Amino acid sequence: MKYLCLIYSDESQWAAMSEEQVNAVMGEYFAFTDEIKASGHLLGGNSLLPTSSATTVRVRNGKMSATDGPFAETKEQLGGYYLIEAVDLNDAIRVAAKIPGARHGAVEVRPIEEFDAA
Amino acid sequence: MLRSTIEELYRSESRRVLATLIRLLGDFDLAEEALQDAFAAALARWPETGLPDNPRAWLVSAGRFKAIDQLRRRGRFDRSLATLAERLAEQDTGTPELEDGTLEDDRLRLIFTCCHPALRPDARIALTLRTVCGLTTEEIAGAFLTSTPAVAQRIVRAKSKIRDAGIPYQVPSRAELPERLDAVLHVVYLVFNEGYSAIRQDLSAEAIRLGRLLVELLPEPEAVGLLALMLLHESRRSARLGPDGTLILLEDQDRSTWDRARIREGSALVEHALASRRFGPFTLQAAIAAVHAEATGASATDWAQIVGLYDVLLRVDPSPVVELNRAAAIAMRDGPARGLVLVDAILARGELLDYRYAHAARADLCRRLGRTGEALSAYRRALELTSHHSERRFLEGRLAELLG
Repeated sequence: MKYLCLIYSDESQWAAMSEEQVNAVMGEYFAFTDEIKASGHLLGGNSLLPTSSATTVRVRNGKMSATDGPFAETKEQLGGYYLIEAVDLNDAIRVAAKIPGARHGAVEVRPIEEFDAA
Repeated sequence: MLRSTIEELYRSESRRVLATLIRLLGDFDLAEEALQDAFAAALARWPETGLPDNPRAWLVSAGRFKAIDQLRRRGRFDRSLATLAERLAEQDTGTPELEDGTLEDDRLRLIFTCCHPALRPDARIALTLRTVCGLTTEEIAGAFLTSTPAVAQRIVRAKSKIRDAGIPYQVPSRAELPERLDAVLHVVYLVFNEGYSAIRQDLSAEAIRLGRLLVELLPEPEAVGLLALMLLHESRRSARLGPDGTLILLEDQDRSTWDRARIREGSALVEHALASRRFGPFTLQAAIAAVHAEATGASATDWAQIVGLYDVLLRVDPSPVVELNRAAAIAMRDGPARGLVLVDAILARGELLDYRYAHAARADLCRRLGRTGEALSAYRRALELTSHHSERRFLEGRLAELLG
């Protein structure tokens, strides 16, 4: 079986942390990633940029709309995901609008956080 | 002498130079600093060297070098900035990049980026006024009755969204143009409306300037239609306020004070947009405004034609606000009772209940029908919903008349 583990956290808490605290939590994440890599559990994973960078895409009656902000309804539930490579947000929105779910639900487009290769 | 030339250049060229610097540097904040540095360099150098042949190109390349310098200096502490500086330095921009065509494209790129649908509507307005029009944060806050820090934060957030989400610095493709242009036109129209109803002529003038720029850069029928609509409304500016600042309705305005030059320009633009056969809601609204502009008075207005245009508008862009305006036109054509039925039908559906003009329209129709009690309560509701001084004065005047 494959499982997707979704991580929910309070962004404002992250923003309020000192650099030291952030580094400590990131250290925990790196250690955890190494651990599940060694145990053979890891298939992949990414950190997302905050919801302020999110765009929500919907298609209704053939008309596409992209709005600022994350998906905020409680009526629909998370049903799947695609990880895509796109040139820019316009390209990503074009792809997102073609996902069938965009026609009845919504697709939240969030950039993946790129860490500087240290 | 040269100093005033540079100040003049700042007014006329700084937005063009900024638009190009954003493309070359790929960052709004870096480009804004570079712009200031470029003008500072011009102030220091030009008195000795004289005015360069192409000041715009000079400013762009000075700004670019200043930005690279700046990044190199900061790069001593941050390697990624040093890498960025070297990458920018390697891109030899050459002169073809600075030809007029490319620069004009940069202005369009800037407009489309600032009005990107993935930005919040209020952020689009603030960012457009700040970067495309060059208004200060204080001026924007003043115009929209918000605090300067709130506007500053909106702009900061919009810039980080552009950077983080990867909103490209691009004019949309043909296929995407209609929708994206629509978003741009709405920003311009919101700016105009705010200036018009809050009696802020500077803001309306800014919107008209933006409208002209769009028509010049991208003469799409709806851009032409929007410019026409703004000019036709603006032509009535001095007639729509009494000496004490009270709003004067279209039917009571002294039409001899309407600005004929604006009307001529607006009407010609409407015809041009209509002839394209690819027009939309802005052109239709402009056509309605043009019919009013041609009439010598409210009773001499071709109301049948206005109702006909609203019928088309309702098909192209259905909304309760358009329905309300159509109802008001029908009241003029067929009498207030017919109009009131339509207004009440909209309100009965639960729509426009908090829209001040719906209650003001209902009040006016009831007043004309002699239904004073209903007119009074509708005027009171409209008064509760408006904060604009001129509109309040008008509504208070109507209330006093009915009570007197």
